[in-house]
Amino acid sequence: MKEIVVISGKGGAGKTSLAASLAALAGRAVAADCDVDAADLHLVMSPRTIRAENFFGGKKASVNPARCSGCGRCKDLCRFEAITRDEEGSVYEVDALSCEGCGVCSYFCPEKAIDFKLVVNGQWFVSDTPYGPMVHARLGVAEENSGKLVALVRKQARIIAEREGIPFIIVDGPPGLGCPVIASITGADAVLIVTEPTVSGEHDMERVSRLAAYFNIPAYLCVNKYDINPGLSKKISDRARADGLKVLGGIHYDRSVTEAQIKKQPVAALNGSTASEDMRKIWINLVDQIKKEKREEGRV
Amino acid sequence: MLDITVAIASGKGGTGKTTVSSNLALAASRAGCEVYYVDCDVEEPNGHLFLKPRITGARHIHVPVPAVDEEKCTHCGLCSEICQYSAIVCLEKTILTFDKMCHGCGGCAYVCPAGAISERGRDIGVLEEGHSGPIGFVHGRLTIGEAMSPPLIKAVLAAGKKDVLRIIDSPPGTSCPVITSIKSADYVILVTEPTPFGINDLGLAIDMVRELGIPFSVVVNRSEAGNHLAGDYCRERGVGILAEIPDDRRVAEAYSVGELVFDTLPDFRGYFTDLLISLGKEAKR
Repeated sequence: MKEIVVISGKGGAGKTSLAASLAALAGRAVAADCDVDAADLHLVMSPRTIRAENFFGGKKASVNPARCSGCGRCKDLCRFEAITRDEEGSVYEVDALSCEGCGVCSYFCPEKAIDFKLVVNGQWFVSDTPYGPMVHARLGVAEENSGKLVALVRKQARIIAEREGIPFIIVDGPPGLGCPVIASITGADAVLIVTEPTVSGEHDMERVSRLAAYFNIPAYLCVNKYDINPGLSKKISDRARADGLKVLGGIHYDRSVTEAQIKKQPVAALNGSTASEDMRKIWINLVDQIKKEKREEGRV
Repeated sequence: MLDITVAIASGKGGTGKTTVSSNLALAASRAGCEVYYVDCDVEEPNGHLFLKPRITGARHIHVPVPAVDEEKCTHCGLCSEICQYSAIVCLEKTILTFDKMCHGCGGCAYVCPAGAISERGRDIGVLEEGHSGPIGFVHGRLTIGEAMSPPLIKAVLAAGKKDVLRIIDSPPGTSCPVITSIKSADYVILVTEPTPFGINDLGLAIDMVRELGIPFSVVVNRSEAGNHLAGDYCRERGVGILAEIPDDRRVAEAYSVGELVFDTLPDFRGYFTDLLISLGKEAKR
């Protein structure tokens, strides 16, 4: 089984459109949406949810005002500016948005007035889609612990793939290169970096490909909307090759990408569109590359 | 003169946060405002590609992590017990620390009865300050492989002048890095695009800003005649639209090569000066 994670560094580069199409093209794949704080994959996969669970990501502190003596020890110790005096000024309270969940205030409170309990940070779902099973999630409003939720989504996708003998997991990754991205790619078989031919796309692709190298994960590249600036697309592809990435191809700028969103379908399901054809070629190239690498591994 | 802190955010990435932030900064500066541009997307900072600032100062940002004096350690295990992040593990004869898991809460050092734990700084990235003409500029660059961006974002936010128009270019999403970036802003502009993904993520971003209790409105980027997705959605949710910037291939081309449309496309100047005026009216409310 191969787990392929679509990432980009820069947001809005086309991760979700490509991931949905790859999941559809694979025939048999588990789709996993790891962009848990702005999940969109479900919008084009027509999911029918068969399992929904709460996600308990971590603990949060809360002051029991009846027991608080107002000594201020919690405020002195908290490094996240999460403790404030209440409006009357006699007791303290915890700002849940700033609370890092370290538990220091609760541990050291001389009155034992601070509760420190597991809280629900979001939900995760298993759904059936016309293209195969899908695992997705929703981080609660202004919640933390997205990395843990990402790890949970990937683990569930793996359980389903192993149980049902499904050969691919296609992960729609988050933007950036911090905590949720690291949680999305560590231990994966490959990352597919989508970028666009803009100065931002070039800059962000370089950083995210270094992230993949840092974790020793084989990386592939495709340039979305490559025809907007063919010169820069070539420069980005050449640079990527020099850095050891395999370039799988480009995707034309094509209205059908937005049309697919409006029709709530993967781009690849729109037969005959230019972008859909480009994505099909990318999938074929990717599978060829993976097979080739497998053969090479066999020889070693 | 406008001297508020306005954060430019969005749920979805690639909707035009940096385009709006950088062109608004230029529009405000040309209108005589003193402007400070604060790029809080420390994972993938892009503002410098457009404002092309002259960097005049750089410093590394550190977070506290435990340093254990094994000679003093009695292996009592209290440090691993208090740590919520599995960043310090006490074994029978030795003690292991995992710096990248550490959130720097100081719990282990506070709790150690033997005084064996002190703290040292660990480098997580670099902060650079400078200026683009009269526009003040700061951004952070998280070291590749680092997971936690909020401490660097906090350092970026602490830099620069405060009593000027501060424009915060926020990272995408709705979780910790975004909350850290926009929490202390006076006003938030949510940039969206009129596509199903854009509208879905705008909904999440509206929930987030409402939870924070900060006044906000929406800028619709790449708007098209006849496409009412964003307008209808904002009306339904009772959210104001501050500006609509039309979809235009010339804007995409300017962006592609790192040009500010305020400079290169005179017919687009009006959108950003109007946005500035609307922002000024909102700030007075």
